[in-house]
Amino acid sequence: MMRVLAFAVAVVLVMLPALADNYLLRVATTMLMYSALALGWNFIGGLAGYPSFATAAFFGLGAYASGVLQTKGVPMPAAWALGGAIVAVFAAALGRAILHLRGHYFAIASLVVAEVLREITNSATDLTGGGMGLNLPVLSLDVTAQARLFYYAMLVAAAAALATTALVAHNRLGFGLRCIQQNEDAAIMLGINTLRYKVVAFVLSAVFPGVCGGIYASWVNYIDPTDVYDVLLSVKPIVMVLLGGVGTVMGGVYGAVLFLLMEELVWRNLLQFHAGLLGIIVVCLVLFLPHGLRGAGWAKLWRRRTGEAAP
Amino acid sequence: MTAMLRLINVSRRFGGLIAVNNVSFELRAGEVVGLIGPNGAGKTTLVNLITGVHRAGAGEIWYGSERIDRLPPDRIARRGIARTFQVVQPFPLMTVLENVTGGALFAGGVPTIRAAKEKAMEHLTFTGLSHLAERPASALTLANRKRLELAKSLATNPRLLLLDEVNAGLNAAEIDAALDLIRAIAERGITIMLIEHVMKVVLKATSRVLVLHHGELIADDTPGNVTRDPRVIEAYLGSKFAARYGSLAP
Repeated sequence: MMRVLAFAVAVVLVMLPALADNYLLRVATTMLMYSALALGWNFIGGLAGYPSFATAAFFGLGAYASGVLQTKGVPMPAAWALGGAIVAVFAAALGRAILHLRGHYFAIASLVVAEVLREITNSATDLTGGGMGLNLPVLSLDVTAQARLFYYAMLVAAAAALATTALVAHNRLGFGLRCIQQNEDAAIMLGINTLRYKVVAFVLSAVFPGVCGGIYASWVNYIDPTDVYDVLLSVKPIVMVLLGGVGTVMGGVYGAVLFLLMEELVWRNLLQFHAGLLGIIVVCLVLFLPHGLRGAGWAKLWRRRTGEAAP
Repeated sequence: MTAMLRLINVSRRFGGLIAVNNVSFELRAGEVVGLIGPNGAGKTTLVNLITGVHRAGAGEIWYGSERIDRLPPDRIARRGIARTFQVVQPFPLMTVLENVTGGALFAGGVPTIRAAKEKAMEHLTFTGLSHLAERPASALTLANRKRLELAKSLATNPRLLLLDEVNAGLNAAEIDAALDLIRAIAERGITIMLIEHVMKVVLKATSRVLVLHHGELIADDTPGNVTRDPRVIEAYLGSKFAARYGSLAP
């Protein structure tokens, strides 16, 4: 049953550009991007339990690396891949520097990375255009073809993130990360090289946002530091994973879909207060649904409504 | 007989406190050795030094022919030194089986999760926890959590096992059961260092006892001799009692 459903969803996702108008395609592209960001965060935040706020840093670095490479004449898909590789190397080095910190200390350390990169991007005017932003080469494709291209690019990124998540969740790496999340001292005593495991999780949490940043830069054609290093890019994936289920395979995807629905339906009607709403959602999630919507007592609630006895 | 573990003049201070002071001793393969001492004597610090959690400030620690006092703790665990924690350290949301599987999978060197689970099940049977395999670790009683610690350590396939107060907080019946288990582990040829407050366990299970007091090793002898050593009695009960006991002793 689940398999049939998953197959149907996959078919719809592949066929979507032929069925949907450009607005729906744009929303779907954003949804796929959010899924990839949330799935990425889940590696470090969900599996390893390290509350990273570095997603915006990886996204922005990926966007700028890929953008700058394209202005130097590197073809677009190669620039996306190279951008992802640069972000991966950056995350590996950064991880070695800050992953010995735990809890809030790690969160703060990861939070400032985007700010630092933003300032560097602002100052490196020759390379990045600084605060003026960076224009990417215009594609000689019509609007619909471009929309389809970026949709499929994001689909591949999200699918790769999901496949990697499914793979990691059931192998040695995922097992070790769950041990670290639950009790790092005990994990060390079982012979787990916790720093290496955490660095790998951190790199995985960086590479998907990095590639998405590159695709995003080509998609919107113009990037500037405040846009791609936006702190909301760090916060939103966390909220999505909290919504969908921390540390689960599909949690990031469910969360991204739900979050985007809220964004599209509620957000635009609350332009003055949308950051406030985000805050309220976070507080409610942490207080009432620490295991996400999946962990909510739906079954219990249902039984109470229908008056069924508990098993 | 060659030493399995050798400490040479090992010291460690925390600020102004000398937690372990110039300690030297050897453990030989297959021995069960007790480590006792009053609260704050430095017993747990010593375990932390051997397992690499803390670095020795001075001295050398040798494991077989390899010096290990500069190795990180996960490498030492993979070399075959396992420990249990005085305060139990389970992975609370994992099942009992998964907890033990972790030990077999990483330091135990079992290549796949499936094989590690089978290995873990053997250790659960050995420690008498197999009927609780699918329960979350957080649901266990204290006695069973201590057993889980043991099962996890055994799953890492150790040659040397450091048991940090596995009997603290247990009742008499539970202690007897734990004692049987310790004997069974020793029969497998695993060298054991037993950090204990329960003297009954020390006297019954060990062939040699080390006594630590204010970070210094004050005795290294058979259990019988150690309990008659005036310095040990003084460390536990104070000099006044030791003097009185000494005059009463034959």
